Amino acid sequence: MIEVQNLTKSYGPVTAVDHVSFTVNEGEILGFLGPNGAGKTTTMRILTGYIPATSGTASIAGFDVFGDSLEVRRHIGYLPEVPPVYPDMTVETYLDFVLRIKNVPADKRRSRISEALEKTNIVDKRTELIKRLSRGYKQRVGLAQALVHDPTVIILDEPTVGLDPKQIIEVRHLIKSLAGTHTIILSTHILPEVSMTCDRVVIINKGKIAAVDTPQNLTSQLKGGQRIYVDAQAAEKPLEDLLTKIPGAARVQVSASRSNGHSIANVEVAPGKDIRSQIAAKIVEQGWALYELRGISLSLEDIFLELTTDDAAHAQASN
Amino acid sequence: MRGLYAIYRKEIGHFFVSPIAYAVVGLFLFISGFFFNLYVQSALQESMQEMQGMGAPAFDAASQVLRVFLGLVALLLLFLMPMLTMGIFADERKRGTMELLMTSPIREIDIVLGKFLASLTLFAAMLLPTAIFVLFMYLHTSPVPPLRIILAGYLGILLFGGSLLALGAFLSSLTENQIIAGVLTFGAFLLLWALDFGSRDAGSTPGQVLHYLSVINHFEDFTRGIIDTSSLIYYLSFITLFIFLTVRSVDSMRWRRA
Repeated sequence: MIEVQNLTKSYGPVTAVDHVSFTVNEGEILGFLGPNGAGKTTTMRILTGYIPATSGTASIAGFDVFGDSLEVRRHIGYLPEVPPVYPDMTVETYLDFVLRIKNVPADKRRSRISEALEKTNIVDKRTELIKRLSRGYKQRVGLAQALVHDPTVIILDEPTVGLDPKQIIEVRHLIKSLAGTHTIILSTHILPEVSMTCDRVVIINKGKIAAVDTPQNLTSQLKGGQRIYVDAQAAEKPLEDLLTKIPGAARVQVSASRSNGHSIANVEVAPGKDIRSQIAAKIVEQGWALYELRGISLSLEDIFLELTTDDAAHAQASN
Repeated sequence: MRGLYAIYRKEIGHFFVSPIAYAVVGLFLFISGFFFNLYVQSALQESMQEMQGMGAPAFDAASQVLRVFLGLVALLLLFLMPMLTMGIFADERKRGTMELLMTSPIREIDIVLGKFLASLTLFAAMLLPTAIFVLFMYLHTSPVPPLRIILAGYLGILLFGGSLLALGAFLSSLTENQIIAGVLTFGAFLLLWALDFGSRDAGSTPGQVLHYLSVINHFEDFTRGIIDTSSLIYYLSFITLFIFLTVRSVDSMRWRRA
């Protein structure tokens, strides 16, 4: 449904998007994950035909986004970073205007508006002026705008920004319910959002794709490598020596806690092993006081940090 | 076409709730009404002197008043029009709604024409109440002002105002700051005004060129009841040129965005 090949966008010497390639299948939800300024918004703007790319190609529903821009725009619904609303309009007239510029015939407009209002849960704000709505409601009007004309492809730039936790859950449910009949790209820097809603994730950092996979695969890739947190009353050096000797400890990092003379150790464990009981036994054997011992399983968050900071380290090394 | 109408409708609706539009129309009607009253009274005094045989030459008071009045309207427009046009595109960019328009299946020309026609409609609506002044003269003067002066005069005002709107819309598309757009437009209008002064010395070639370029000079023929094709073509090309430039400018926003 969406194909992106070697997409590059430079603003003078700055490369915002650097040879990005990915595809989105029909009915799929693709998550675009990256820190602020990673190039998510730029990529989405190129896909919607708002800005042209410096090089590379992109097509939506078989139409080239540069050559057939009008045709592409007929197939998409787009929620930009800032909801593109007119403060002086009521929610209803605004959606009616959107339907008109999206070329939806008059006889379908009424039902489409009601549908969109229901989906985004703003039926009671129907006749309210948009400028009187709170941030979260404006965001939902923006969302209603993106799907009111029932487009085949929906592109959402940070759809849950400004919503309260309950609304975030509602919006996630809404996005999930749209999958199958619609192809969706959404961007976010909130990690749980991706694992909850998306079929596949593109992790993007500094304009480059760091990883493309399903959220499950990305998590399981690093699940093997568990980490253990140890807090014990001991000197740094002996604790480190002791822990490295335990079979299965891949990497040990010890630091002194300044306030109480404890040492904190972070032990990375080889995949498939659980050495928590050995660690406890060894420390007690030495007669040290053990205050805390717990396993930390790597979440998508850690994967994300690992991928994005690794990239930064590479960049520094190459300089 | 449907896209153009959607934009037109939206703009008209916007004018209805825009405090700026109300302020401009109100100010325009107040000042033009005040001056119309002044002109009528001075014309009355002059004709009184004439009747008393105090040596003032006979003149067609009604046409005279109408001509001066139309000149005043043109002057007022130079000051008030920037307020109507400054937000046309700048506002849209600032609010981020340009992103909606430009990712919807409508062409740039539909956006530009829809907005231009809507502002022209507002402008025509703003002129409409001045018909009362003309009607007043029609009922109370003798001889009545010739119809050709009235019709040609209003056609001239529409063309003149349309030119200012097209230029103002173009300047508004260059920036996302309404105030800058307003100041630019006001400066450009003043320049047009100055061009008129420069063209007073019509003997030299540069003077003649300036004379042809001046937006205001072409207007004066209309107030005499003359529809000169060269003036008609001048205004229509002026409007077309700036609509074309606005379309290019809107199109180039895609490239300019940093």
